Amino acid sequence: MAELGKSVLRGEDVTKIFGMGKVRTTAVNKVNFDFHEREVISIVGESGSGKTTIAKMILGLIGITEGTIYFNGEPRDISTGKKRKEYWKNIQAIFQDPFATFNQFFKIDAVLLDCINLRGGKNLPYEEKYKMMEEACSFVNLKFAELTNKYPFELSGGQMQRLMIARIFLLKPKILIADEPTSMVDACSRATILDYLLKLRDEENMTIIFITHDIGLAYYVSDSVYIMEHGVFVEQGSAEECIIHPKAAYTKRLISDVPKLNEEWDLSTVG
Amino acid sequence: MKQTLKNVFSSPKFLIGFILFMVLLITSLAWPLFADFGPLQNVVQKNGGFAAPGTYVNVADAVELVKDNSSVKFDVDTSANRLAHRLDADSRQMMVDWLHTYATAEYIPDINADDAAKIQELTIDDMYAVCADWEKYYDFSVMPKTIKKAERNKYNQIDKKVQTMLSNEALILASKGENGLQEDCKVPMNAFVNTKDVASRYTLILGSDNFGRDVFTELTSSILVSMRIGLIAGCIATLIGMTLGLLAGFIGGVLDNIITFFTNLFTVIPSFVLLILIANAVGGSHRGVTLIALLIGFTGWTWTARSVRSQVLSLRNRDHVNMSKISGHSTVKIIIQDILPFVASYVVMAFILQISSGILAEAQLSMLGLGPATTEVSTLGLMMHWALSFNAHTQGMWWAFLPVIFSIALITFSLNLMNTGLDQVFNPQLRD
Repeated sequence: MAELGKSVLRGEDVTKIFGMGKVRTTAVNKVNFDFHEREVISIVGESGSGKTTIAKMILGLIGITEGTIYFNGEPRDISTGKKRKEYWKNIQAIFQDPFATFNQFFKIDAVLLDCINLRGGKNLPYEEKYKMMEEACSFVNLKFAELTNKYPFELSGGQMQRLMIARIFLLKPKILIADEPTSMVDACSRATILDYLLKLRDEENMTIIFITHDIGLAYYVSDSVYIMEHGVFVEQGSAEECIIHPKAAYTKRLISDVPKLNEEWDLSTVG
Repeated sequence: MKQTLKNVFSSPKFLIGFILFMVLLITSLAWPLFADFGPLQNVVQKNGGFAAPGTYVNVADAVELVKDNSSVKFDVDTSANRLAHRLDADSRQMMVDWLHTYATAEYIPDINADDAAKIQELTIDDMYAVCADWEKYYDFSVMPKTIKKAERNKYNQIDKKVQTMLSNEALILASKGENGLQEDCKVPMNAFVNTKDVASRYTLILGSDNFGRDVFTELTSSILVSMRIGLIAGCIATLIGMTLGLLAGFIGGVLDNIITFFTNLFTVIPSFVLLILIANAVGGSHRGVTLIALLIGFTGWTWTARSVRSQVLSLRNRDHVNMSKISGHSTVKIIIQDILPFVASYVVMAFILQISSGILAEAQLSMLGLGPATTEVSTLGLMMHWALSFNAHTQGMWWAFLPVIFSIALITFSLNLMNTGLDQVFNPQLRD
């Protein structure tokens, strides 16, 4: 495994509690994490274990009940709209459902132009913007000339997810949160999308936080893995440590639940 | 957009509603081009003003035609028609009663026994037989002296009427000359004139109301005014409701609590009672059409606010909203770009309902006498109000209020039909 870069995102006792009074639900309970530059981190867990909640807290879409998140070594400040905008230049996300991620009322051009504008390219001549969009699309093997003036719903799921990656390519954030980006696309598209994500890491030095329920996939892409159960990290470490030599019972169960091609599927551990 | 419009217009419910509404609107807009009178012109001058629907021809003009020999003589006996048309139910009953009582051997000794028996079986349904017997046996002198003179005179008047109606002698028109009355011309009983040849002739499709206004012309202008009230009220109510709903739903937190509190407050206070109180508080002469429309709009927004808020609540956590947020869009931009288009169909539907409830609210208020206090324009509610005040309903003047009721029903029905049609187009669960 490559040498760890400097820490870009660190969480201390991050907690999220939904509801008030009797209906309080602790979604994430005092978790600590430390993500480094150029690292691919997987957060693995079942549905409802709090993976997406963590992602949303890191993105700043929902508030943190307790704890602090440090960005580049300093406590992150997203109290005003301007500061949030600045923060989102550095941290971006790909969501799970490509069909729900795009506003169906706007054309694809508008989505990509938005990204250029956020990077401060608002006053560039259109030819230059067009060139940038073309470059971004060719990065994910799409032809911008074919996509321009189209609506998102005219694309396939895999194409849309690739477009999301093109968007990230334009934005060039320091950190990318990929919240189950492959769960809604077919197996072929899945491999392509993972490849593009790794390519982004290699070319743009991005830190990628990969959220998935598929532990096999996590092993394939990540440098370090965080295993999550009921709002806490039960195990964390490098991919080899966690997946090849698991310590926590939950991790072992997750691994045994993965179907293997040449073995009989052991369903005895399924709770 | 084009596809949506195509979908909307291919919904049969919406299409029927739309056509109904358009027919009403276009009729109302175009009718003044054909109308003989202004909508508020007092045409009919008669006690009470009410004139039944029908075509009215000028009598003097018709007589002129006879004088000029332009009339046509028909080879028919018109007495039966006159009888059927002119003899009212009371007179008929009196004739039958007289025959039953006096056309007997007791009062008329030389009566034919067969006739006497037949007369006892006469009813007012067979007026021809009644008249025949009346002509044969009516005698003023057989009535005993004990009967009051006034009553006896009544029978005499009926007799005179019957005699004129049954006679086929020409009417004589006379004018005052040097030697008393002079015969001008004779109007034969079988003289007819073509109504088209009569110089002055007006068709009151729905008669006239208590002021003597042409009801149909008044109705068309009222429909336009009422639609305007509904439109203003609907715009205001929808605008307020939508804005509050969007803010409460999207921003949430304390703002949501405050807005929800006020929405609930306005929902609990019946808006119609509130409307009555406010309309009452505003002095009579200040209550114009626009003010009433504003009042209706400002009291009717709660429903829209609540439903838009609940729609937005389910939208604000969608991925496309999150993506818009991390793309650095401002809250206003997110609301306009990522929330509003998704609730737009809902808002349009609410708007249509608000228009129809605005029209109804105006009619209700005006019925209570709290509508626009104006003589410049007429509204559907005001027409109902005047018809009620002048007892049109107890006098059987149906044309003064029934067409108004039907118009209100038709407008709201067409709007509701459009609403249901839109609901089917935009709500996939209702599609069949």
